[in-house]
Amino acid sequence: MASLLEWLALTSGSISLHQSHYMYLIVLTVHVLALTVCIGTALIIDLRLLGVFIRYIPTSIVLSRLLPWSLGGFLIIMVSGLLMFYASPIDKYNNLFFRAKIAMLFLAAINIWFFLKTDYSSIKKWDQETLPPKRVRFAGGVGLTLWAAIIAAGRLIPYQQYWFD
Amino acid sequence: MSLLEIFHLLEYLPVLIEMRSSPWVFPMIATFHLFGLVIIGGAVIVGDLQLLNHKITLQLGSLITHDMERLMTLGLVIMVITGVPLFMCFATKYYYLTPFWVKLFSLIFVVIFTFTIRRNALKKYRENPTITKVVAITSISLWTSVALSGRLIGFP
Repeated sequence: MASLLEWLALTSGSISLHQSHYMYLIVLTVHVLALTVCIGTALIIDLRLLGVFIRYIPTSIVLSRLLPWSLGGFLIIMVSGLLMFYASPIDKYNNLFFRAKIAMLFLAAINIWFFLKTDYSSIKKWDQETLPPKRVRFAGGVGLTLWAAIIAAGRLIPYQQYWFD
Repeated sequence: MSLLEIFHLLEYLPVLIEMRSSPWVFPMIATFHLFGLVIIGGAVIVGDLQLLNHKITLQLGSLITHDMERLMTLGLVIMVITGVPLFMCFATKYYYLTPFWVKLFSLIFVVIFTFTIRRNALKKYRENPTITKVVAITSISLWTSVALSGRLIGFP
């Protein structure tokens, strides 16, 4: 892995991106804006799953209207995130907050996948309920917690040197 | 006393000196600041695209606009509570940063706009698509300006 990252860091694209003040700034800004779109809408979905917000709207409508925004934002986050990783692969790989962020992203993806595979298939039974079943609320709570943790880990990536190095 | 002197005074308050010397207080407050921005992001997307009559939004009229305004207020409170100490930490540096002033004035303007012009316009002219679209585009533009200038503040 170390040699692969070293090779990646020495490619001309990685060096150019790392040294380009404006390009990196643009990528980072796009990443943050996409984050507000993705997690901002995911937050509303999770609050509805928890049964604490916009309870008068059926969950299926909230999901069908907002999930495309969450996924669209997520795609932009992934592309911009990969570019930022490409700009400094060794630093990022060694960063504990970065690793935590990626691990929690996987957990969030598993949480969504599990929800869609299980409770979502029976949504007609509880769609109109202001307070969804316990398992659905649990999925919403887990999602909300993970999104908060992902934001925190991402924001703390630059502080690794002050805390751990 | 000039504005710069006031900023200097704020930056060197004992509690701020203490805060700067801690390796974790500033990053933790900055994290909560980002939470506030994300909450606002969700509320603005749903609330304002609803006004633009975008097919992807929830299309439930004034009820959803009201709830998104509540969510936006929550995000705003978090942003302001965390933003004040973040500003005070490096107040004299921010004095010379254009993005800081852009963010500050965009924020002041969007708050006034949201709770006066936007609210009244939606009460009186909700059925007028031109007015609701102008309101939504102004709101989205101002919040984007807040987010973009905020991002630029942190860049060397």
